[in-house]
Amino acid sequence: MMRLSLGPIQYFWPGQRVREFYAEVADWPVDIVYLGETVCAKRRQLRLQDWLVIADELEAAGKEVVLTTLALMEADSELSHLRRICDNGDFKVEANDMGAVRLINGRPFVAGPHLNSYNPSALELWREFGAVRWVMPMELSADTLAQLQAARPEGLQTEVFAYGHMPLSFSARCFTARAHDLPKDRCEFRCLDYPEGMALKTQDSQELFVINGIQMQSGQPVNLLGEVPQMRELGVDVLRISPRAHGTETIVNAFDAARRGQPVDLGPLEREEWCNGYWYGDAGMSRKELGTGN
Amino acid sequence: MPETKRMQLVCPAGSLPALKAAVDNGADAVYLGFRDATNARNFPGLNFDDNEIVTALDYAHARGARVLLALNTYPQPDGWQRWTGAVDRAADLGLDAVIMADPGLLRYAAKRHPDLRLHLSVQASATNRHAIALYHEVFGIRQVVLPRVLSLSQVRAVVEASPVDVEVFGFGSLCIMVEGRCALSSYVTGESPNTCGVCSPAKAVRWEETPTGRQSRLGGVLIDRYREGEPAGYPTLCKGRFEVNGNVFYAMEEPTSLNILDILPELMKMGVAAVKVEGRQRSPAYVGQVTRMMRAAIDACAADPENYHPHPDWVAQLDRHSEGRTHTLGALHRSWQ
Repeated sequence: MMRLSLGPIQYFWPGQRVREFYAEVADWPVDIVYLGETVCAKRRQLRLQDWLVIADELEAAGKEVVLTTLALMEADSELSHLRRICDNGDFKVEANDMGAVRLINGRPFVAGPHLNSYNPSALELWREFGAVRWVMPMELSADTLAQLQAARPEGLQTEVFAYGHMPLSFSARCFTARAHDLPKDRCEFRCLDYPEGMALKTQDSQELFVINGIQMQSGQPVNLLGEVPQMRELGVDVLRISPRAHGTETIVNAFDAARRGQPVDLGPLEREEWCNGYWYGDAGMSRKELGTGN
Repeated sequence: MPETKRMQLVCPAGSLPALKAAVDNGADAVYLGFRDATNARNFPGLNFDDNEIVTALDYAHARGARVLLALNTYPQPDGWQRWTGAVDRAADLGLDAVIMADPGLLRYAAKRHPDLRLHLSVQASATNRHAIALYHEVFGIRQVVLPRVLSLSQVRAVVEASPVDVEVFGFGSLCIMVEGRCALSSYVTGESPNTCGVCSPAKAVRWEETPTGRQSRLGGVLIDRYREGEPAGYPTLCKGRFEVNGNVFYAMEEPTSLNILDILPELMKMGVAAVKVEGRQRSPAYVGQVTRMMRAAIDACAADPENYHPHPDWVAQLDRHSEGRTHTLGALHRSWQ
């Protein structure tokens, strides 16, 4: 059976909220949990030892725990912290930058969604470096995935970002601070006020992107719930669900039902906007309804 | 840090006339691409076939300039042969270096053509010394182009720790996202720099005249509205005006260009090996003028760094060619971030 993973919390939540969230996750039907910060080095409500406490608790609850890392690393302080994560001694690390791949230094790791795995030669390279799993880049299609699956090296699992606001870009600039007319160095941690980011809309009110500090996300969550059978056929090993401020458990339960071939109940989330265009080789923001052929 | 030598000026060429303009006006190296999706400026009417590259090499080499090939998109399985074929052609044609981003393709090139000089493209998103060291150790890259996201002090730290020469962007359009990790364009249009070598592609652009003025759309998405008489720029996604918390503004970046003339002495002193001009999509006249200004600035700075000041004429000339007719140091200046 395909496994479910819970991706890292992409937003900046207070430490207490993070602890409460993962206390609940321990009872959810997810198999893998990614812990840590991928967006901004300044978000330090939890220190590495705090994350490791949560990691131990989740592992005791039967979860595979992976410590994830920043997608954009510039300062030496960020690299020192990265080295401490890589040297933690207990948990696998998800690399989102080649700097992390170097510091992981041959230990088993997950090649994260920001490593740019676009062809079999790249997958072979990750395997040579010690990767046990790779996460498909956001913008690849099912057709490309099928070709990659056909050529994938032995011992490398495949994970697909199946639900949530997609991380689309990273910048040196903090767009949350900019929207508050603050410089990044004195950002006052305004992203704490936006547990699911800030909506960026067009002038005719289309929700285009979500601002999350230095990261821009898709305005709509991707939702590949309807594509679960196809992903099973393609030999996808892990489906990633990205935590939201509310309703994450409902989504996890829906994917759990889908992977078991059971009827799916999304409840109030049924009426939500979402997209799946990348999967069909189209613009990521577009949405194709299953069975309509549109 | 590699040994200190004269700072190189690396200029863009989307065509033979542009290459000649760059070489004639003092470029130390010119970079260009094949006429297909193997490079990140895959625009209609641009780039080179093999015969033109032979001519370009003859012209540049006869005048002491090097020619670099940008092969900096990310091949997917169905295009793999075309990309590896492009690497082979680059080696056969005798290009002075190939600028690449994809780790899979770098792996191919390093194995198949061990003597081919490899530069790491800005599209490889190498922003720190460990990433650069890995590309050097595994693929033998000899030069790295830094993404436009580092502050000046971060550039200094990277140069000090880098085992290879460091190249930075000096003038031209400003990417504000980490290059190689931006999918905004494919989210809206289906095509991105990584997948198709384009950002905010022209075929997805639509201009509309409305009773309240002109507006631009990309892939159907409203990018900006312009008042009567307001200049309308190309609707690049990250340079539109959007609404956040009830305010309409340039939520990501204004239309502006990068220009590092103000900090040239610092870059030279810290040992930056090369300065790159963006703009393979620009006209030969543009390339010639920008190359001439940058050449003058680098030569003046090298001759007397203590008393160097950007000449007002250079700045004015370059601003005329800038998006929004203004310039910025971008992320190099901490307050921009």
